[in-house]
Amino acid sequence: MDVWGYFADPLQYEFMRRALAEVILMGAVTGAIGAFIVLRGLSFIGDALSHAIFPGIVIAFLLDQSIFAGALIFGVATSAAIAVVATNRRVKEDSAIGVLFAGTFALGVVLISSSDNFTRDLASFLFGNVLGVTMHDIWLSAAAGAVVILLIVALYKELLITSFDRIAAQAMGLPVFWLDMLLLVMISLTIVVSLRAVGNILVVAMLVTPAAAARLLTDRMPVMIALSAAIGVVSGVAGLFISYHQDVAAGGTIVLVATALFGAAWLFAPGSGVVASRLARGRLAAGAPEAQIVFESPEIRTTGSHEGGA
Amino acid sequence: MAQEAAVAAPAAGHEDCLVIRGITVAYGDKVVLKDVDADVRRGQVIGVIGPNGGGKSTLLKAILGIAPVIAGKVMLFGRPASRMRSRIAYVPQREVIDWDFPVTVFDVVLMGRYPRTGWLRRPGKRDREVVERMIERVGLAPERDTQIGQLSGGQQQRAFIARALAQEADVLLLDEPLNGIDAGTQEVILAIIEEQRQAGKIVLLATHDLVSASCACDCLCCVNERMVSYGPVEETYTPENLADTYGGPVIMLGRSGVDEPVHTHHHGDHAHHHHAHENLGAEHD
Repeated sequence: MDVWGYFADPLQYEFMRRALAEVILMGAVTGAIGAFIVLRGLSFIGDALSHAIFPGIVIAFLLDQSIFAGALIFGVATSAAIAVVATNRRVKEDSAIGVLFAGTFALGVVLISSSDNFTRDLASFLFGNVLGVTMHDIWLSAAAGAVVILLIVALYKELLITSFDRIAAQAMGLPVFWLDMLLLVMISLTIVVSLRAVGNILVVAMLVTPAAAARLLTDRMPVMIALSAAIGVVSGVAGLFISYHQDVAAGGTIVLVATALFGAAWLFAPGSGVVASRLARGRLAAGAPEAQIVFESPEIRTTGSHEGGA
Repeated sequence: MAQEAAVAAPAAGHEDCLVIRGITVAYGDKVVLKDVDADVRRGQVIGVIGPNGGGKSTLLKAILGIAPVIAGKVMLFGRPASRMRSRIAYVPQREVIDWDFPVTVFDVVLMGRYPRTGWLRRPGKRDREVVERMIERVGLAPERDTQIGQLSGGQQQRAFIARALAQEADVLLLDEPLNGIDAGTQEVILAIIEEQRQAGKIVLLATHDLVSASCACDCLCCVNERMVSYGPVEETYTPENLADTYGGPVIMLGRSGVDEPVHTHHHGDHAHHHHAHENLGAEHD
């Protein structure tokens, strides 16, 4: 089959066209917000949120309501709970998150077990079902994605300085707590956008992997956001078509493509990649004799308190 | 009170512009800094000295309005400092910055303009001009587009000084800017502090470098979980006062002359700050 056919043939099906639209949206939004997640070390929080909104989705599903609304309510509630619990200095933030997300996820599992189609429904939530995407889903994803991207653009400098230098952000009088909350809400929205494509379990990969790859390729924040979104889209599209032709699960394939792209960046990134570093080291070793840097701390002698007078 | 204490006090140097009254800071129920009082005029450089954990950074953060102040107040030009944030610039300790963050020198210095930019707006042409000028001033023009992690320690410090300068604030808070930097950077920073003094700005310099503090500052604010003393360098830079500040018998070893930094050691069995080795410059006659 020629390259054209590889992409064109599947697209004669309505469900593939819808799936394509969905993965493009998903890839762009997860990639863009992922830049902030990676730089702030929020990978674990992203994972936690994706689990925590699970019961919201299940409840909405069981009540035949919008899963966006359900996910959003639980996302916001969990974000607030994490922020509040973590202010107690005796509970470390990661413990707080661990407790909350496991608990809420369990609630979701219990709730969905009351559904008649328990296994099928559970699987579609956990691993995605991009081929079953409806036009309604796509519009919702587009709307949620647009909100996230618009917020990133509109609040770019606030999000940037809150991520980079919290003290400076606070000193400027920025409402750092609310910006953090907003970021968590944006992550929740993004997770909802991704549910259809990759499912609850693998969302975290789309939130982290493209951005981590992009970081290896650039030292500029705006470029990192754009590259990360591009890698997300490429992963989504390539994964979708590969899964179609190989007849394997789309969600898993998308994440595998993203992982492969990360691996490639890790190995071959100019400057920071493993290969480039090796080459540079090789050149150094071949050239000048190895420079030796010795860090010396000033000698500090301790004298007794009664020795000599002040 | 002091509502009438002219908001934009003209360069009249004798008015107290930054007034610190009975500041006490506590994290939870642990009081980390107690009863700090200081009156600072325009064009004064204040050295904040004391042992590690003694509250130097905390004092600066209290002035910034980001430390949990449980008593006292900080007034700037007669208003609560917390409402004058854009007029206070801050240079954090280098240790707290994530140097892997994908921002360049230009990006960092531009952040100094954010307080003046406002929500939903982008820094404009004038902002960029100021940023370029400040990058030039600290001698980082060749590194303008360099990611901050690729800079030397001194260059990193200068980038953040440029950010503070770009804010065009009235008060400059410098947290350990002289730590672990090269001689060239030290010279640049001390020259900038002098310029700020000439321009009638207020500078607070938290430092371990007592020699520089005694040379560059007008007053010293000595803190060790409480304010030990505050006053002109001539009155506060004394063995007795430094001994009080560093919490135990202080031995000033050394020959005459300031050019010979000396290691001072104290050793209080009762001192709870364990490693407070400080460089002292001894001025013996």
